[in-house]
Amino acid sequence: MPRGYAGKFLEVDLSSKEIKDVTFSDDTLRNFVGGRGLAVKILWDRLGFRWEEIDPLGPENIFLALTGPLTGIYPGSRTCISGKSPQSNGIIGSTLSGEFGNELKCAGYDGVIVTGKSEKPVYIFISDDDAEIRSAEHIWGKEGPETIRILTKESIELLKKAKPNIGKIKEPAIIYCGPAGENKVRTAAVMQKISHAAGYGGYGAVMGSKNLKAIVVKGRKPLPTVANPETVKILLREVERRLVEGDRIRRWGTGYGGYEVGARQSSEPIRNWQEEWHDEKRFGGPKFDFRYWVKRYWSDFNCPVACMKISVIKSGPYKGTITDDPDYEMQAYLGPNLGIFDPDKCIYLSALMDYLGFSGINGGNTLAFAAELYERGILTKEDLGFELKWGNVEAFEKLARMIVKREGIGDILAEGTYRAALKISEIKGVDVTKYAVHVKGVEVGAHGTRSGLDFNPIAYACSPQCGDHTSGVSDAYNDTRIVFFDSAVVCSICGTPLIWEFYRAVTGWDLTQDDWCRRLGRRIMHIQRAALLLGGPDIFWKPEMHDDNPPRFYEPLPSGPYKGKTTDRRTFEEMRKQYYEAIGWDDKGIPKSSVLRELGLEDVDKALEKLRK
Amino acid sequence: MSRKVETILWIARDYLKCTGCRRCEVACSLFHEGWIWPEASRIRVFMLVPGIEVPHLCSQCHDYPCVSACPVNALSVDNGTGAVLVDREKCTGCGACIRECPGNIPFLHPGDGKATICDLCGGEPQCVKVCQEAKFNALWTVRENRDGWGSYSRKLFAQTPEEITRDVAINLYGEKGEEWA
Repeated sequence: MPRGYAGKFLEVDLSSKEIKDVTFSDDTLRNFVGGRGLAVKILWDRLGFRWEEIDPLGPENIFLALTGPLTGIYPGSRTCISGKSPQSNGIIGSTLSGEFGNELKCAGYDGVIVTGKSEKPVYIFISDDDAEIRSAEHIWGKEGPETIRILTKESIELLKKAKPNIGKIKEPAIIYCGPAGENKVRTAAVMQKISHAAGYGGYGAVMGSKNLKAIVVKGRKPLPTVANPETVKILLREVERRLVEGDRIRRWGTGYGGYEVGARQSSEPIRNWQEEWHDEKRFGGPKFDFRYWVKRYWSDFNCPVACMKISVIKSGPYKGTITDDPDYEMQAYLGPNLGIFDPDKCIYLSALMDYLGFSGINGGNTLAFAAELYERGILTKEDLGFELKWGNVEAFEKLARMIVKREGIGDILAEGTYRAALKISEIKGVDVTKYAVHVKGVEVGAHGTRSGLDFNPIAYACSPQCGDHTSGVSDAYNDTRIVFFDSAVVCSICGTPLIWEFYRAVTGWDLTQDDWCRRLGRRIMHIQRAALLLGGPDIFWKPEMHDDNPPRFYEPLPSGPYKGKTTDRRTFEEMRKQYYEAIGWDDKGIPKSSVLRELGLEDVDKALEKLRK
Repeated sequence: MSRKVETILWIARDYLKCTGCRRCEVACSLFHEGWIWPEASRIRVFMLVPGIEVPHLCSQCHDYPCVSACPVNALSVDNGTGAVLVDREKCTGCGACIRECPGNIPFLHPGDGKATICDLCGGEPQCVKVCQEAKFNALWTVRENRDGWGSYSRKLFAQTPEEITRDVAINLYGEKGEEWA
């Protein structure tokens, strides 16, 4: 049995209710590792031959929750969620932190593969090499906190019944979708705890489309054994030592970014990216920190960094709100990008999006898009039922709830920013796609390219993960390391150069960074690229048109120290060309036949033939 | 005439500072089991409410009710540290110590099914070490008189995870904490 792996995967067919164990060959695991890499392999093998026909929200799609060989062992335990993405129609590896990954491995599974569709709402309950499908009718429609409360209680009772004498039973780990996912909102996240989200990709909607509310897991076994335990123990201590030295990220997390990124880098979205600079000191880190943070160091399993913080509002109109930091992305997307510069309002909306099961980035982007259309008079009070002015928390809450319930205009906005833009353009007879800040259907992270101080011009445009800010590309080498973190399934904030040695000590398999960045990692990127270009069934992407930044990223910055600056189109095109060449795509952006064949991807090459014509 | 003062080693804890990193569980199981095994860790972090993490471990009551409850005399008190030691040969896994502990702190080991209680790693608790190294300070060690001032208070820490969770949730989350816990 390969080291670092539990040795089997749980496959659940929700249509037939069949539950079985499946395994993958050592060769497959060596090449694709786990998490994002393995997800790409599984999806391509099973769905690749007719990728364009697969509806991401139909029963044929596959929902994946995968760990990797380093999950739980290397600091920063995460789980990788994947499937055919209802946002990009490609494959996105979307990771979230929490104990689900290590619990799953301790329960004897490296991942969960869910196929089909249940007639009625269900959840999957996993405990030590065993699993069952249970009714979720009593939690369907429930927001995050209530879902957790009920499932935690219910699961502990189940575990206690099975083993009544062993003493107090620790809570299981739970991933779930909120009401947004249940109603197949394309910006719905897969959630864990109250605020941890796998946001990019829209996989909450995939859970919802399968009538799968949650997966609950308790594992009482040790983590899988490793090849060289003594080396792993030494490396673990050294990685921890280095991480503890990083005091800034530990003390502040990304929670001071909401001011810093706007004021210093001029790359923070403001009012749907109409601006990227602000100097609102009342939105500064200390205003969150000293008024609202009740825990300044909050972690998940085996993480000494604790970049998360817990915010609680104890007085005023938003009393009773509990969420994490919010982190930088949430601060930006549920703050300045909605014209909000008050920490309490931002915390309130951030918590609301979490409770409803939205991705705060993606869903937040759609809220701002709608507000800009309102500002421009394209969407009216009649369309919405109320006024949608910048900074109005109550209006944004109303709209978010309409999207979740798919009521009125909410039904259109539930399709995500780009799809909504297409529909609204059609209805209103004006082109509103220029206000949609997305890349290939994925709303972009809260880092702009215009000031030149933050993301590079091709980071989103050429990424197989599209708008995902955690997976921007640069030179087709260094960016491939992220694919490794997502495949070994550890937190990239905990990433250190020691990870390669760590991987070798855990698995006993040879792998160097060079090997990964030139061969294995690229293979994964090529398959992701192929799936993205094949796309469908509702939308297809053309590299010459869609390997690009949102139109807004070419407008000059209207304010701040970098006023007038913008993304230079010529530089962008030059970089895109260089990137295509470096990774092995032709001048049209399609992976080259020779490159694919050299990597043993003949079937991918064949599937792409029709695009090369 | 000098009198020898008997001291014990005690792990002090501040639930409000626990980050939930569970590296105490990692360190404990690495020391006692040779590998990462959270469910076998003598210190167990309960998170019955998200964000309310409670490290749960022996509080070394002055009267050691678990020791007197054991029907087969498998439990004893270490002379140097005051930790409760389990004789795994004698233990039958009957669960009497769990029931008698005011906090239901002992548990049956997921491997051998025997009672499992913090032994202070023989005097250098590994959980404290990693918590301190990360500067979280949710755990630290104190040396104190076995029967001196404070010895009765130690027993107050022997509470169930549910009881502690409720207090900490109210402390951190206010009224919402009452709803949660």
